[in-house]
Amino acid sequence: MSFLVRQIALKASGDEIVRAKRVDGDEMKIGRDSSCGLHLADLGVDPEHALVTQLDETHIEIESLNGQPFDVDGQQVQRKELDVTLGSELKFGSHRIKLGQDARSRFPTFTVRRETPVSHSNSDPDTNEAYTLKGLVPGKRMSAWAFAAMVLLAFLAWPIWSYASYSDLALKKDAIRPAGFHGDKTWESGKLSLAHKGLENDCQSCHVKPFVAVRDDACQTCHTKVHDHIKGGEAGRARLAQARGTPTGFASFQRAVATTFNKPAGRCVECHTEHEGAGAMAATQQKFCTDCHDGLKSRLPDTKIPDAGDFGTSHPQLMPTVLVDPRPVNPVMKRIAWTPDAKEFNGLKFTHAQHLSTVNGVAQMVRRRPQEFPDQTGLDCENCHQADASGVWFKPVVMEEACQTCHSLTFDKIGGTFRTLRHGEPEMVVADLRGFFAAGGPPRPINLESMSRRVPGDRALAETASDYARAVRFYPTEAGQAVNMLFNKGGACFDCHVITRTGGAATAGYGIQNVAQTQRYYNKGWFTHAKHTQEACVDCHVKAETSNDAMDLLIPGLDGKGGCRTCHVGEGGAHLASVKQPVESSCAMCHDYHMDEKAPWMTRQPVSRRASFDRKRNGGASQPSLK
Amino acid sequence: MATLPHNPDQGDFETAATTKNSTSTVKPNKAPRVRRDKVTSHESFLTYGNGRWWKTAIVICVICFATYFLIDVQPRHNGGSWYGYTLGTIGFGLILWLTMLGVRKRAMTPGRWSLKAWTSAHVYLGLSLIVIATLHTGFQLGWNVHTLAWSLMMIVILSGLFGIYVYATLPKALSQNRYDEDGAITEKVMIEQMKQLDRQLHDAAQPLDPEAAAIVEKCLGEDAFAGSFWKRVRNSYPGDLTRIAMTELRKLRNFRPRTDDDPFERVETLLTKKEALLAKLRRHLQLKSWLQAWLYIHVPATFALIAALTAHVISVFFYW
Repeated sequence: MSFLVRQIALKASGDEIVRAKRVDGDEMKIGRDSSCGLHLADLGVDPEHALVTQLDETHIEIESLNGQPFDVDGQQVQRKELDVTLGSELKFGSHRIKLGQDARSRFPTFTVRRETPVSHSNSDPDTNEAYTLKGLVPGKRMSAWAFAAMVLLAFLAWPIWSYASYSDLALKKDAIRPAGFHGDKTWESGKLSLAHKGLENDCQSCHVKPFVAVRDDACQTCHTKVHDHIKGGEAGRARLAQARGTPTGFASFQRAVATTFNKPAGRCVECHTEHEGAGAMAATQQKFCTDCHDGLKSRLPDTKIPDAGDFGTSHPQLMPTVLVDPRPVNPVMKRIAWTPDAKEFNGLKFTHAQHLSTVNGVAQMVRRRPQEFPDQTGLDCENCHQADASGVWFKPVVMEEACQTCHSLTFDKIGGTFRTLRHGEPEMVVADLRGFFAAGGPPRPINLESMSRRVPGDRALAETASDYARAVRFYPTEAGQAVNMLFNKGGACFDCHVITRTGGAATAGYGIQNVAQTQRYYNKGWFTHAKHTQEACVDCHVKAETSNDAMDLLIPGLDGKGGCRTCHVGEGGAHLASVKQPVESSCAMCHDYHMDEKAPWMTRQPVSRRASFDRKRNGGASQPSLK
Repeated sequence: MATLPHNPDQGDFETAATTKNSTSTVKPNKAPRVRRDKVTSHESFLTYGNGRWWKTAIVICVICFATYFLIDVQPRHNGGSWYGYTLGTIGFGLILWLTMLGVRKRAMTPGRWSLKAWTSAHVYLGLSLIVIATLHTGFQLGWNVHTLAWSLMMIVILSGLFGIYVYATLPKALSQNRYDEDGAITEKVMIEQMKQLDRQLHDAAQPLDPEAAAIVEKCLGEDAFAGSFWKRVRNSYPGDLTRIAMTELRKLRNFRPRTDDDPFERVETLLTKKEALLAKLRRHLQLKSWLQAWLYIHVPATFALIAALTAHVISVFFYW
């Protein structure tokens, strides 16, 4: 008996090569060893793995030689009897052996194929892909689409959905979205200002319609009482448009682009920019004023307002409103252009320089009264001038509080009580003096007393008696003299007041010029003393120390010593003369677009808050503080 | 750059650095670099056109900085001013154009608009985008879609920068690695050598006893390309089966009598060879993974960036 062994190998082209061999005998070994009848070059097969024994013409037995199993029809066995006519499939290591019977010779046939290559590398890895990262990291295409889709969902779809869900809350003052995160918050480019902090979660309160720039009606939902810049309704608005003029050059291009993208001009938000960061809202920028006011006359020839540009370089001279005639009712005031020797007549005589001196009689008087003027070598401004409650302006100087400590109106002393003339009531002053002289008499001469010592004889006594009698007789007429003295040069009234001869009999024909005091000189711009507390009064009111004429206007102007430009420069730092500690000042520091009675927005901010805003604005650098 | 005519008599050859899939097996002798510089007309995309594009990029950056500081945007620079919109529009257009490299590189053309010119412009204009887009933000960054777009852009640019770095430094190492005493070998050859070695191993192991044969078989079953991304970039393969096989076989051999024509010896020699080849292959894989990995960030981040840009632009107009 024999066995037929057919070894099948594959060519590179895929064709099969069959090598047939006949093994004679009733037994045949299967193994790696080349002496085996069925030689398998397979490291998974033992050198002598199994023995095949022919039992009869149709049956064989396969038995493991060393306890290593093999597969028969998918089943692992050590020994198996097989019918070759039925066929079977054996598996040794990587080799599959098909068992059958040769039709002609009736010998059992073993058709051997190698199932897997000898090594992994021989399984022909795809060279193109093996050297790439394919399969090791997520594919570029896949992750590209995944990331893009995630971004679009989270940052486009969700915000739009958020907007759409709450768009009907727009233009309703008290309608707010529920607390929590809304998708469109991811679109917020910067925090809202403090004033609008409450709207932080309500995008739709300003962004009313998609693709429509924020309109004034959104602002006016809350801001219902905003003053117009100029009066006159539609005509006023036309005038504003005329003042703005037609943009030219680059500005007209910008305008055209803005119009193309549906951004009309003249909206609230053009000046009041938002999303600039938490903190006070930014003050309106200078350019929004100077767009019209710089060269206004050329566009609006009938305007009475002088052209104004940058404060540091092209601001018109300040125009204080001064008293011209301080009459009791409706005193006459006039706006004049400030000059270094501008005058104001308020009805008083006063010598600022003399009163502020530290070396004259006034100073000596102050030093002698340390109880009232502790540690003072002379008078200080605040001894007479007191700030009002707001700190913005000063209270009017009151004679009884300021002047009378020195300029006493005492004329009599009864017991420990001083009698004073009544300030502000000349009739009463005259009447008091007349009464004083009518009611009293001259002091009685001491030698008229019986007990007093006197020179011998009557002559001396008679002279004294007659002199005294005449004095008593004429004593009341001295009142007129005293009144004259009071109202004429050297008299208490004359010292400070302008005396006229227009009075009636009650004032012995004397009249006092009425006195008025100006509380606010600059009515078109805002000035607050409260923001200038670190300066000495005379730093600005420089003439106070040299002026001995009450007519001198001591209010500072734009330039010169003590003028605003000593410290204040333009918004961008522009200035004409050199400035030691420049304070950048845009229009909004003194002027207010909306023209209400309140201080301009910028000065309403506490300095600390403004400083923090300025720091942010200047990229961290603090602006010099207001001094 | 002077270009000398090629002269085969002087050992003129193409190098792995200048040729794709080089099949040359001639090993360069001394100082090949000096000669290569002289004989090849190779010009890197980094210096293309006498540095035309890096000069252009510098001019762009200078203009951007100058205008940023000269133009007074109140109250402060931001993307919403006319200047901000201008920079934003330029940046947006530039990003879309830069993305087109992915399309452009699939069609090679020579000349002024060659792929090299395009790549050079891509690199330098992409770098100038750092300036353009950052000035566009006015340095106002926050937790929003706008800053997301900026961040993604920076990720794209920085990954690209990393890509340039590896392209400039690694190919030399890559070609050095491919040389051995027999010359340069290609990726295909590396696999062929591996196959051949494996077959030889398989044959040599035939006389081994079952225990040793099993060790060799296990080693043959190992996939040289297997290993995670991290193993590949670090070129660190602990528990490598070839090395284990060597150790195990040596252990077995220690307890056996020495004979002439010892099959163990043959197998061990082959395993040593295989180990060297594996080391070369894996170093090659490491270098290639570095050369490729950055693109797996660069490309997906670009698409995420374009999505974020779309959201950024739409959001601006939506809440106009």
